[in-house]
Amino acid sequence: MPDPLTPGIAAGRLAPQEIASNFADLHPALDLHEARVAADRCYFCYDAPCVEACPTEIDIPLFIRQIANGQSEAAGETILEQNVLGGMCARVCPTEDLCEGACVREIAEGKPVEIGRLQRHATDSVMARQGHPFTRARSTGKRVAVVGAGPAGLSCAHRLATKGHDVTIYEARERPGGLNEYGIAAYKSVDGFAQREVNWLLEIGGITIEYGRALGSDLSVEGLASEFDAVFLGVGLADVNALGIEGDERDGVENAVSWIADLRQASDLTSLPVGRNVVVIGGGMTAIDAGVQAKLLGAENVTIAYRRSRDRMGASEFEQDLAASKGVRIVCNAQPKAIHGNGAATEIELEYTADDGSGLRGTGETMRLPADQVFRAIGQAFVPAAGLDLDGSKLRVTEAGRTTMAKVWAGGDCTKGDDLTVVAVAEGRDAAEDIHAELTGATLAATGAVLGEAARGAEA
Amino acid sequence: MADLTTDFVGIKSPNPFWLASAPPTDKEYNVRRAFEAGWGGVVWKTLGAEGPPVVNVNGPRYGAIYGADRRLLGLNNIELITDRPLETNLEEMARVKADYPDHALIASIMVPCEEEAWKAILPRVAETGADGIELNFGCPHGMSERGMGAAVGQVPEYIEMVTRWCKTYYDKPVIVKLTPNITDIRKPAQAAKNGGADAVSLINTINSITSVDLDQMAPQPTIDGKGSHGGYCGPAVKPIALSMVSEIARDAETRGLPISGIGGVTTWRDAAEFISLGCGSVQVCTAAMTYGFRVVEEMKRGLSAWMDEKGYASVSEVVGRAVPNVTDWQYLNLDYVTKARIDQEACIQCGRCYAACEDTSHQAIAMKPGRVFEVIDEECVACNLCVDVCPVENCISMVELAPGEVDPRTGRTVSGEYANWTTHPNNPMAVKAAE
Repeated sequence: MPDPLTPGIAAGRLAPQEIASNFADLHPALDLHEARVAADRCYFCYDAPCVEACPTEIDIPLFIRQIANGQSEAAGETILEQNVLGGMCARVCPTEDLCEGACVREIAEGKPVEIGRLQRHATDSVMARQGHPFTRARSTGKRVAVVGAGPAGLSCAHRLATKGHDVTIYEARERPGGLNEYGIAAYKSVDGFAQREVNWLLEIGGITIEYGRALGSDLSVEGLASEFDAVFLGVGLADVNALGIEGDERDGVENAVSWIADLRQASDLTSLPVGRNVVVIGGGMTAIDAGVQAKLLGAENVTIAYRRSRDRMGASEFEQDLAASKGVRIVCNAQPKAIHGNGAATEIELEYTADDGSGLRGTGETMRLPADQVFRAIGQAFVPAAGLDLDGSKLRVTEAGRTTMAKVWAGGDCTKGDDLTVVAVAEGRDAAEDIHAELTGATLAATGAVLGEAARGAEA
Repeated sequence: MADLTTDFVGIKSPNPFWLASAPPTDKEYNVRRAFEAGWGGVVWKTLGAEGPPVVNVNGPRYGAIYGADRRLLGLNNIELITDRPLETNLEEMARVKADYPDHALIASIMVPCEEEAWKAILPRVAETGADGIELNFGCPHGMSERGMGAAVGQVPEYIEMVTRWCKTYYDKPVIVKLTPNITDIRKPAQAAKNGGADAVSLINTINSITSVDLDQMAPQPTIDGKGSHGGYCGPAVKPIALSMVSEIARDAETRGLPISGIGGVTTWRDAAEFISLGCGSVQVCTAAMTYGFRVVEEMKRGLSAWMDEKGYASVSEVVGRAVPNVTDWQYLNLDYVTKARIDQEACIQCGRCYAACEDTSHQAIAMKPGRVFEVIDEECVACNLCVDVCPVENCISMVELAPGEVDPRTGRTVSGEYANWTTHPNNPMAVKAAE
């Protein structure tokens, strides 16, 4: 039986029950009484800072007051009206950087209202009930293509469906959800929540999903734009940045996102191989998710190496603390220089860095860490699509998500902005509103013109 | 260490904290434990006339109002007087009093409004050695339908009459417990005094329906689909009780009449407030029913510590100290001008002061960039609403304008003189100052 000290990469380092306990819900749901107590702490602020801090602008004081007054389901609907993936956001949002970071009780006591957990309580209450709280408007006869069934695409599709448009989603993978399903740490989305949430979302009707359909091979943006009344691209970032160092191709060196996707799709976590000595290169949420989960699977040593100082890490403070609490070591100001080994990786060489204000550079001093598994988590990249202008390395869009091609909108990680689920939801929703205005506005304009002619005709 | 011993109309107790006549004082077992826990006195659960005792409902007797974290703020009850035989209660009272001679034990009584009924029970109560009696003219539910409790307390003539009977047939102190379910509390207090009462105690509970069960469409507590009004008590009623106590304390006819204060006493501070408004003892029920008998320990320590801090050597020194400062509105100084001041360091930017002032008051708070809230002196009438809604204690305060300063709202200079409504030029009934 393998254990944490078993050399190399091995599955089943911990007993099944220990792995199950390690991957249990990170923030168990508040029960009704806990929710009431937590809700009572909300001050119902004027022009509340938490709302402003929420990319989807959920009316937080309102939904919390609804919980406090005994209507958790209605509270959930308040949330879902603004953010149809409010359930997942309650689980994965870096709340300390968003709503809870802005909470006045954070200022007052260093202990914000537990907005994230209250949101989960409320959204769980809605989803526990049979049925879907939203209804579709009368069919408009308009058809919209959405590429990517991730948070941006699902949010856009749902909003369009409520407006009466028919939506076809093209999804490259086998299941919907995007990073909700294939990314993020398993302990944030237990019990198949990502799939349950999508199934619930699809109850609105008017949305069909075609799997195994990606842009490029058999789908093109132009083709979709000519076939549909509008197109929304929520394709995310398909490419992973390479380390660009000696040994990058050795066995045991892999992309953190791929490994996390394997983990999320694994039916049995004891069958998922993990190294004894794991090193994660990067400083974002993905690096933490990979590092922590490697540790929870039984890796003996897990080190996250980040090339800049700690305050520059993309991962939130909560995530950094979580990693530390699980025994993951975070080394800052260290960049990878080479991965050594004989075929398979055995060791990573890191060089210390310094930034004197003129840019990051290596100091020349190096260290070596045993490493039989190395994860690249230094960012993902957008794969450009023909005919669309870029803004830096991502799609150029207006505030409402319009790309430079007529009839084509985009949102989520493939456009600029924070790579957060909640931002993707907001962008998908707002693009849907703009698409709706465009589609129905065009109709209205035509009607107006017709009426105008009729009026002129009457005059004549 | 301040002296908490109390002498209330000759009834001595180790401290001014008495348990009010209510469920906690219904039997020997409870009362012994209460004394052991540190209560200074007990008013035994109200005794009824000899004969088959009353019966209570067999469904819920209490309803509640909650604050944050299910903190009980108000309690309502539909329980009647003791439902145990008179003889049992009297025997137990005698035993307890014999074992606790230094503690106050008072018998609460409610019998029909007939002289014979009172004449019959009083000697028997006297035999127990109880230190005095309290006439229950207050219960607003159940017994009042039978012409007792509040039904007596709402008719000053009856109060005077029954009090007089009691003074005739009983030679220890007679305390008259008043109902708040009346327009002017001074009238029953005057009646009690005229009848010869040694003291009054107030308030009894307030008519109430705590809530409505919206599924059953019935008041709570609900008994088989129906509900009845009950008696309201607990922290929520304290302001009403304080006001009524103060009315009796400063009324020309009842001034100096000893008062045992009742109504939402939950902490030492509540007790100190009742005492300052003229109460020689306080009676507690809901706090004990919520937290158990041990709660008296905080009350005693708190009152004692506060008295030490203020230099009061005994409770009697505190009694009535605030009464001279209770006045009528017309005598309030209209030339006393304050303005709200927000301590920006303490402010947590919740904006509740802004919402309250902007939506419901005088639009006297400005919201500036960065969620900075500032008082607009030109508009501030010093209403205090911002202070009241601010979640941070002492963040907003009312600062007095010194004589000579100009109130930017009115343009008037603060004179520093006392000037009330009775002499105000806008008052058609104004009294002209002497030439």
